[in-house]
Amino acid sequence: MKVLTDLLGWVDARLPVVKAYETHMSKYYAPKNFNFWYFFGVIAMLVLANQILTGIWLTMSYEPSAEGAFASVEYIMRDVEWGWLLRYMHSTGASAFFVVIYLHMFRGLLYGSYQKPRELIWIFGMAIYLILMAEGFFGYLLPWGNMSFWGAQVIVSLAGAIPVVGEDLALWVRGDFLISGITLNRFFALHVIALPIVLIALVVLHLLALHEVGSNNPDGVDIKKLKDKDGIPLDGVAFHPFYTVHDLVGIAVFLFVFCIVVFYFPEMGGYFLEHANFEPANGLKTPEHIAPVWYYTPFYAMLRAIPDKFGGLVVMGGAIAIMFVLPWLDRSPVKSIRYKGWMSKGFVVAFAISFIILGILGALPSTDGRTLLAQVCTFIYFAFFILMPFYSKAEKTKPVPERVTG
Amino acid sequence: MKNRLVVVVFLSLFSAVSWASSDGVVLEHMEPNLADKASLQKGAKTYLNYCFGCHSTKYARYERIADDLQIPHELFMENLVFSDAKIGELMDIAMPAKSAKSWFGATPPDLTLVTRLRGVDWLYSYLKGFYQDESRPWGVNNKIFPDVGMPHVLHELQGIQVKDCGDAQSETDHDACTDLKLIEGSGTLSAEEYDQVAFDLVNFLHYMGDPSREYREALGVKVLIFIFIFFIFAWFLNREFWKDIH
Repeated sequence: MKVLTDLLGWVDARLPVVKAYETHMSKYYAPKNFNFWYFFGVIAMLVLANQILTGIWLTMSYEPSAEGAFASVEYIMRDVEWGWLLRYMHSTGASAFFVVIYLHMFRGLLYGSYQKPRELIWIFGMAIYLILMAEGFFGYLLPWGNMSFWGAQVIVSLAGAIPVVGEDLALWVRGDFLISGITLNRFFALHVIALPIVLIALVVLHLLALHEVGSNNPDGVDIKKLKDKDGIPLDGVAFHPFYTVHDLVGIAVFLFVFCIVVFYFPEMGGYFLEHANFEPANGLKTPEHIAPVWYYTPFYAMLRAIPDKFGGLVVMGGAIAIMFVLPWLDRSPVKSIRYKGWMSKGFVVAFAISFIILGILGALPSTDGRTLLAQVCTFIYFAFFILMPFYSKAEKTKPVPERVTG
Repeated sequence: MKNRLVVVVFLSLFSAVSWASSDGVVLEHMEPNLADKASLQKGAKTYLNYCFGCHSTKYARYERIADDLQIPHELFMENLVFSDAKIGELMDIAMPAKSAKSWFGATPPDLTLVTRLRGVDWLYSYLKGFYQDESRPWGVNNKIFPDVGMPHVLHELQGIQVKDCGDAQSETDHDACTDLKLIEGSGTLSAEEYDQVAFDLVNFLHYMGDPSREYREALGVKVLIFIFIFFIFAWFLNREFWKDIH
């Protein structure tokens, strides 16, 4: 035991490990009133770890070439020990990541976690979301199935709609006139090296920024205002052990659901692994219906809702870009939806419903009626953000309590 | 099992990637049974005797099938492998893809993943969907896959089916009609026996699409029980720590 304490002392004199542990774990005081919505941050970290670990082992047997990629995935499924588990954990993990991230973002939206002083946390989070979408897109090409091929073909060719430089840009991204083995190799490099590095760096920044200003809570109350004689917030509890044991419960529930999918529904009815992706990429055979994976469908629906291709691209990009500036759109004196007025409440509900409807529409072939519905939902989506400076300021808010309400 | 069905039905309600054939022909449902080893063995026999001449299953290995289907290696090699392939080899075929294309109009696709690509119902209906059509090169057409390039390889077993359109007068009515009638005694098997052959074959290819499935589903129960027990411990641990915080 003495040897260990001595070792710790030795290291600590050279690297602030004790200080780091206290800052981020044992003396990081988080509000004691976290609810269900506060599980998804830590679960997102868990899924990230899952993706990185299973990804490393998949890379050991995967072959990044147009000739060998598809067969190597089946090799993993059939000949590699536990390969099927690694692959299904990775493919299910990709979808789980987005489920968790969407819920995590919605939590921030509900409780005003992006408001001052947490603007940077929100920006880093949005950057993580953006990188995650790119990561998913690059990864989706790697199995080299027919849907991988045509999905990438459709999305990359969108760049062609940009005036003047569009076609050259698409060519530059593909490295070829069509999606080919060259594209596959560069997507592989981006998927396994470039983007994971950026992702991890952003997660570190996201957490450092969070631990600098402290966590928000469902009441939007600043717990640092009222402290006891030791300088510990009255409504705060140490992250470790209180939230570590608390999060274990959430993690267990998450893992239960996750494993039901991995072991019993790895294809999830064609939403997590698409049927058309079970034949190799074939540039001469277009799948009957090309739809992106479910986590992109809300934006894909917006793209299709606009008759002009470039206009659609602008709207799609704008839908993501506008989320970045959310901290400066909300002018409400209160943070949490609990104390905001009826207009904010109405808009956030309308926004959530529109987003889900767009997600469903983006997965379906378009018809005139569906396009109209997508246009209405796109309108509501943007109205939620663009009108926010007005309704969040104009509405009557409820008084915020001094202490958290449990 | 029941819960699984509910989820499947729920998902198929707004399934974007529906498995129904594109022409709106109703598919006949079949429920695969991986526990029925005899069915899988018979399916493997039909597959290797009738299909494997033209269709590869090049992502799978002979040995895995022999092991999973509980067929002794020696018996498997003697009765089911008709080339000089070794048991550890991938199940590729000798027919060159290019020649196959000129013979059939299209290269016969690899069937390792056919059930995952098209679904078991599609395949089952397809195997039962051949009918006589003299306008086609092989004298047969298929109601599930119109103008398919493949001959009816199992016709000696099933016999000949013809369109049974009753009193459909016009040509469009006749083309749209999909009812088939078996000419009695034209095959060596009865209709029920042929259905069983088709079932076993599809069942085998269902196994082929994801060979670890049976093991995975059995293991899943244990994993879920483990997580549930972990949940109980986590729950009480959490309650113990939080009991003094109000």
